[in-house]
Amino acid sequence: MAHPVDWFFWTVYPYLMLGSFFFGTIIRFAFYPGTITAKSSELLEKKRLMIGSIHFHIGIILVFFGHVMGVLIPKSWTDALGISNELYHMFALIGGGVGGLLALVGIFILTWRRFSDIRVHLTSSMSDLIVDVALLVIIILGMWASFVAGPRNPDFNYRTSLAIWARQLFYFRPNYLLMVGVPLTYKIHVVCGLAIFGFFPYTRLVHALALPWQYIYRRYLVYRRRPTI
Amino acid sequence: MRIKAQISMVLNLDKCIGCHTCSVTCKNTWTNRPGAEYMWFNNVETKPGVGYPRGWEDEDHYHGGWHLNDKGHLELVAGNKLNKIALGKIFYNPDMPELNDYYEPWTYDYQTLFSPAKKHQPVARAKSQITGQTMDLKWGPNWDDDLAGSTETMQEDPNIKKIETEIKTNFENAFMMYLPRLCEHCLNAPCVSSCPSGAMYKRDEDGIVLVDQEKCRGWRFCMTGCPYKKVYFNWKTNKAEKCTFCYPRIEEGLPTVCSETCVGRIRYIGVILYDADRVKEAAEEPDDTKLYERQLDLFLDPNDPEVVAEAQKAGIADDMIEAAQNSPIYKMAVEQKIAFPLHPEYRTMPMVWYVPPLSPIMNYFEGKDSLHNPEMIFPAIDEMRIPVDYLASLLTGGNQEVIKAALYKLAMMRLYMRAKTAGKDFDTEKLARVNLTADSATDLYRLLAIAKYEDRFVIPTSHKEQVVPAHEAQGTVGYEGCKGCSLASAHGSMFAEAKAGKTSEEIYAESFYGGIWRD
Repeated sequence: MAHPVDWFFWTVYPYLMLGSFFFGTIIRFAFYPGTITAKSSELLEKKRLMIGSIHFHIGIILVFFGHVMGVLIPKSWTDALGISNELYHMFALIGGGVGGLLALVGIFILTWRRFSDIRVHLTSSMSDLIVDVALLVIIILGMWASFVAGPRNPDFNYRTSLAIWARQLFYFRPNYLLMVGVPLTYKIHVVCGLAIFGFFPYTRLVHALALPWQYIYRRYLVYRRRPTI
Repeated sequence: MRIKAQISMVLNLDKCIGCHTCSVTCKNTWTNRPGAEYMWFNNVETKPGVGYPRGWEDEDHYHGGWHLNDKGHLELVAGNKLNKIALGKIFYNPDMPELNDYYEPWTYDYQTLFSPAKKHQPVARAKSQITGQTMDLKWGPNWDDDLAGSTETMQEDPNIKKIETEIKTNFENAFMMYLPRLCEHCLNAPCVSSCPSGAMYKRDEDGIVLVDQEKCRGWRFCMTGCPYKKVYFNWKTNKAEKCTFCYPRIEEGLPTVCSETCVGRIRYIGVILYDADRVKEAAEEPDDTKLYERQLDLFLDPNDPEVVAEAQKAGIADDMIEAAQNSPIYKMAVEQKIAFPLHPEYRTMPMVWYVPPLSPIMNYFEGKDSLHNPEMIFPAIDEMRIPVDYLASLLTGGNQEVIKAALYKLAMMRLYMRAKTAGKDFDTEKLARVNLTADSATDLYRLLAIAKYEDRFVIPTSHKEQVVPAHEAQGTVGYEGCKGCSLASAHGSMFAEAKAGKTSEEIYAESFYGGIWRD
């Protein structure tokens, strides 16, 4: 084991965090379903929430799907379609940049609001504060990686290293050596991202997993009959 | 036909003195806990006035209730399902009132009143119950009570904007009335319809609308869907809460706390049988002024043998049917037509109805010899201090004729009873003009003026014993999950302590303070 720290971060740590994510989610939904809410503070402050929340949510959804595409689609597939590396990165940077910027503006306003609005701040739990700061940090890191660290390391292509490693996680054979040469900003971004997955189910973030699909086809009025013994 | 039973209420505004006892007892029972300080499941508003939350009747602003879309079908004013996702309303609810629209709840710094003697008299300053900071009070839950400060705010009352009468400028001829408000437990409840999580529901057996605290995910669309703004958001539990119609009491055959404690005996509770299949069709009536009558059409005659047979087939308990037959609500709403729904134009089919107030005109008319000439009340009512069009804008979607008919009837009943009590002659043919007879006028008088407990409250006990083991269910009703929220958990802990071997004296000493429950 040539790099014990690298080995830990790119082989053990991801599974600790993802394990925490899956087991935490199962436990939260199975045993504490009543605690799952979005923890809205709209009642207490509305204006900054409007700008911040809409920007952040739209941005983060774009960013999420951007990550899914960037990591899950192998380079060989886009090569087969005849998409050149330059074209791919142009699309990735424009799409990711728009999503990332929306998310960054949104989370910046939301964090500012959470710390400066007296009502919102005093009714926040420690977990709410940590979540806001963690999201702000990781989005800044992500933007930094894409627009500063990326151009500074022209030889580095995450699709031939980081993405392969990430896909390997899904079939439980990650080769940590793929991550050794990755620029530091990317590394920190990945570690922080995994940490967010790790605490996801124990915080307000869990609301993202509780989507009410049944409302789409449900009839409007709901009657509940008492159960009979 | 799909018959359902609905527990409903009528409030006789003629007798409401605006004492707020209902609000206070309700608050002490249900919303006296962290996160719920600003909630008043029941509140009493002075009308004309902006109400609580501020301007709740202004649906151009709050977008509550239903309207008809281009095809003439019902649609939530706040937007249909697709619209809410497409416009990002799921990330930010643009129609939701802010805390300041209700008010920032406060308490007083009572400790300073009991501090050691000082040169100056101590003052208990207002402290926010949310931030704990000293507050400069600018608005409260009943700021314009008894028209206080109404020169500033009265014009914001959406009903005032709608009516033609000159009350707008004539402040010395001002009128006022009280409007106690609670959840309407609507037949076509927009809050239930707005809830994406399916946490809100109508109880099948009695139509009470509740929020399942376990399933609520805090989307807040119920708050904005409700045009009466009677669903609240608890900032501590991050869930919706609303008037429960005191269902634990109703199940025992007891009236709600607000009704039980009403000093004016203005509240009536009873059962209405209605046809659930026709609710949508009735709510899609294009003419606002006809919605009241369309809702009346939904109510079924509980004495009709066909209805009874159908109700039994639908599994409605016999004592529920019997209660419907003796229902004071049916008497007032359907038989006598003196009670009206609140803002039927919201198309919610509300089930808390109101008898319009009468007193001001009778006083106005006193000098004009109405006892000798009862005919004189008809023109008088048209000119009374609380304008008929104001009442119509509140209670019938603008239909003034039905309001007038009810007021004539109430006034005539009064004249008749006064003559009878005073031993004067009264031409009973006058009663026929308002569809009363000597007997029915006396009956109505007993129901409205004497208002005996057993006449006001005809509530069947639920048959919960058939569905839950009663012994195990003891002490399980109420808000759980927040410390000090419900007495149920306190009782539960008492049992736990007893099991752990504490003596009853020890438990008593811990739980009671000077005979007062300590939570």
